[in-house]
Amino acid sequence: MELVTPGLGLLFWMLLSFSIVLFILKKFAWKPILKSLKDREDSITDALSAADKAREEMANLNAENEKIIAAANEERKKILAEAYEQNHHIVSQSKDEAQKEADKIIASARETIQHEKNIALREIKHLMADLSIDIAKKVLEKELSDDAKQREYVETILNDVNLN
Amino acid sequence: MPFKIYSVKMTSKKTIFILALLFVTSFSFRALANAEEHNSTTTEVEEEHTANNEDAEHAEQEEEFNPGTMIIEHVIDAHDWHIMTIGHKHISIPLPIILYSEHSGFHVFMSSALAHGHSHNGFKLHDKGEYKGKIIEEKENGEIYKPYDFSITKNVLSLFVSISLLLWIFLSISKKYKNNPNIAPKGMQSLLEPLIIFIRDDVAKASIGEKKYMKYLPFLLTIFFFIFINNLLGLIPIFPGGANLTGNIAVTMVLALFTFAITTFSGNKNYWVHMVNTPGVPWWLKFPIPLMPIVEIMGVFIKPFVLMVRLFANITAGHIVGLGFISLIFIFGEINMGLGYGVSIVSIAFKVFLMVLELLVAFIQAYVFTLLSALYFGMATEESH
Repeated sequence: MELVTPGLGLLFWMLLSFSIVLFILKKFAWKPILKSLKDREDSITDALSAADKAREEMANLNAENEKIIAAANEERKKILAEAYEQNHHIVSQSKDEAQKEADKIIASARETIQHEKNIALREIKHLMADLSIDIAKKVLEKELSDDAKQREYVETILNDVNLN
Repeated sequence: MPFKIYSVKMTSKKTIFILALLFVTSFSFRALANAEEHNSTTTEVEEEHTANNEDAEHAEQEEEFNPGTMIIEHVIDAHDWHIMTIGHKHISIPLPIILYSEHSGFHVFMSSALAHGHSHNGFKLHDKGEYKGKIIEEKENGEIYKPYDFSITKNVLSLFVSISLLLWIFLSISKKYKNNPNIAPKGMQSLLEPLIIFIRDDVAKASIGEKKYMKYLPFLLTIFFFIFINNLLGLIPIFPGGANLTGNIAVTMVLALFTFAITTFSGNKNYWVHMVNTPGVPWWLKFPIPLMPIVEIMGVFIKPFVLMVRLFANITAGHIVGLGFISLIFIFGEINMGLGYGVSIVSIAFKVFLMVLELLVAFIQAYVFTLLSALYFGMATEESH
C-alpha cells in the first residue's frame, strides 16, 4: 500500500517546487527561448521570401533586358536600312544633280560656243569684206596702171593673204 | 467523446505508436500487480517471522536475501539515502527530517538520529504494521501518534537535484538564445532545440491549435522536460540518480493535478455544454437518466487520474523489473555461489536490454503525459464547429 499512497511531505514539496520551477522557467527560459526561435524562423522565412522575390525580379530584369536588346537590334536594323536607303537616295540624287549640272554646263558651253562662233563668223565676214575691199582697192589701183602687172600683183597679194 | 476526433486527425504512424504504448502500459500494469502481490505476501510472512522470535532471528534475518522487500525498499521513498551495505555496515546519506506534531510542534533533526531503530525526542521509525518505514511519535505512556512529515526525503532531495539541473540547463541555454539570437544553436542548445520544437509543433500546435497553443506551451515544455529528466535520473543507479521520483504516486499526482486544474480553468462554454449535453448521442442516453453527462463528468476526473497512474506504473514497473533481474543473481547465489555467477551473465544481459528499453520508455512517458495534457487542453478550448 505504501507504493500507491501519496506521501504528504513529498506532495507538499513537489507542489511547492514544481510551481516555482514552472514560474521561473516560464518567465526566464521558455519566454526568451520561444521568442528567439520564432524570431529566427521569421527571419529565415523573410530571407527566403526576399531571395525568392530577388530571383523573380532578376528574371524580370533579364526578360526586360532581352526585350531591350531585341528592340535595340530592331532599331539598329531599321537605322541601317534607313541609312542605306538614304545613302542610295543621296547618291542617286547627287548623280542626277551632277548629270543635270553637267547637262547644264554642256548646254551653256554649247551656247557660248555657238555665240563665239557666230561672233567669229561675223568677224570673219567683216574681215573678209574688209579684205575684199582692200583687194579690190589694190586690184583697182593696179588695173589702172598695167593689166599684166596688175594681175601679177593680185596674185602675190592673194598669196600673202593667209586665210585662216 | 471528443477524443475520437483527435485520434482520427492524427496520422496513422502516431496511432500505431499510441497503440504500442498502451500495449506496453498494460504489460507494465500486470508486472506491477504481480510484484505488489509478491511483496505483500513476503512482508506478511516476514512480519510473522519477526513477531514470533524477534531477537533470535535478528542476526539470521540480515543475512537472508528477500527480493520483495529489497525491491520495494528501492522503489519507495526513504528518510535517508542508502548507498550501499558492506558487510553489516550501512553507508547512507543522512537527510533532514522536518516534523510537525500536534503535541510538540515543529522538530528538525537529521535522519541519522533514527538509524538502527534509535529514537529521538520520542520520534522513531516504525518497523512493522501499517506505519512501517514511517515516523511515529511515541508518548511516554506508550500512545502512538503520527506527526505530519515534511522531511527532505530521498525523493525530495532527488526532486531538488533534478529541479536544479532543469533550471541550470534551461536558464543557461535561454541566456545563449538571448545573447546570440539568429545564430545556429551550439552544444546543449542544439541537443534540446529539436525537442523544444517537437513539443511546440507536434504536440502543442497539433493538439491545441494555432491560435491558443502559446498559452499552454510553457507548461507543456516544463512537464515534458521535468518528467524526461527525472525518468533519466531514475535510471542512473548511483547517487544523485536512482530515486524513483516519477514512479512515485505523489509526484505524478501533482503533475496530473496541474493538468486537471489547467484543463478545468480553461474550459470554455463549448466544453461544458458538450459535457452536459453531449452532441451526437441519442436523447434517451441523457434523459431521464443523464447517463452520458455522468460518464463525461467522470471522465473529467478519470483523465488526470489515468495520467497519474500511467506514469507512476510505467516507471515503477521498470524499476521493479530491473531490480528483479538483479535479485535473480542473489537468489541463485544463495543456493550456490557458482550458479549466482552463471545467472549474473543472463541477468546483466537482460538488465542491459531493459535499461535500453527504459531509456525509450523515459522519453515515451514524458511525451505521452505531455501529449495527453495538450489534448485535454485542446478539448477544453475547442470552439464549436
